[in-house]
Amino acid sequence: MTRRARTRLFLAAAAVIAAVFALACLRLPPFGTQTHPYADRAVEATMRQRTANTVSSVNFDQRAFDTLGEETILFAAVLGAVGLLRRTADERRTRPRPVAVLPSTRLFGAVMLPITLLTGVYIVGHGQLSPGGGFQGGVILATGVHLSYLAADYRVLDRLRHREALDRADALAAGTFAALGLIGLGAGAAYLQNVLHLGTFNQLVSGGLVPYINAAVGVEVATGVIVILAHFLDQTEEFAGGGKGGSR
Amino acid sequence: MSVLPFLVAGWILLVGMYGMVTSRDLVHAVGCLAVAQSSTYVLLLSVGFRHGGTAPVYSDIPTNARVVDPVVQALALTDVVVGATVTALLLALALQLQKRHGTVDPDALDGLRG
Repeated sequence: MTRRARTRLFLAAAAVIAAVFALACLRLPPFGTQTHPYADRAVEATMRQRTANTVSSVNFDQRAFDTLGEETILFAAVLGAVGLLRRTADERRTRPRPVAVLPSTRLFGAVMLPITLLTGVYIVGHGQLSPGGGFQGGVILATGVHLSYLAADYRVLDRLRHREALDRADALAAGTFAALGLIGLGAGAAYLQNVLHLGTFNQLVSGGLVPYINAAVGVEVATGVIVILAHFLDQTEEFAGGGKGGSR
Repeated sequence: MSVLPFLVAGWILLVGMYGMVTSRDLVHAVGCLAVAQSSTYVLLLSVGFRHGGTAPVYSDIPTNARVVDPVVQALALTDVVVGATVTALLLALALQLQKRHGTVDPDALDGLRG
């Protein structure tokens, strides 16, 4: 199919989608409506479970089983990306060369790296109280580690992340989430049901199972993102030659 | 106009799809897919909006405060995570294509090769 024909076909389809979508929007409840039956029930449940952050309560308590699936998607994607980006027979490993960095950049990295890691731990640890949680904090943790790549060079980043330990931590954290669900079964309730002591509303130890699942997800996201980025960075920094296209 | 936020979501979806259809570079196409997917964030969050509502986090607001729908916010979070993983996988596939076929132009990838 030529490009022109393809674009025409798309525009025809887009016109149909636009018309039907607009018609559907007109029948939706109005924007900003006060009637939110699910929101009212979710807030009621979060108060009962003494979790100040309703979004965390929805994710790690009320819909914990769905989040287990989501976390499995993440784990599978890490596995898939690692499989796709593995070193092929015609590629050889090269040692990354040291790179000259401005002293101001180096200072910025040295100051910001511990602050970013601390922020990540804080966001994961307070997931049941304030905005954030395992997913958000995990990404901040992974980003913090990569400040060493920006402020120093690839060899420093490589020393900072222990590949095998990260691989194991990723799998272990994914397994921990699934294992935490067994607590519910052990107590004679449903899988992933929040049967732990709920604690005091708006305290660090509150929400029962939520902070523990949060921590497991935080570790899994942080290690997963670092592992995926490590394999992408390897493609540009460590592998030379190979393939028809070579490095771009 | 009370349907405008919903229509904006539809517009973002179509813009992203247009980009994918006319793309000449798979990395660009993956970016367009991310644009198309971000329309779902806009749709979810505008469905859950409540006039005068604040974030559904009760650590520093009274427990009877008016908040927006937390369920769709949790869904948007799921959406972001799945979007990020899909982007990572697709970029890895694009990298493999570049290695095996020497191009990431979807129009140049017409033959089956083992």
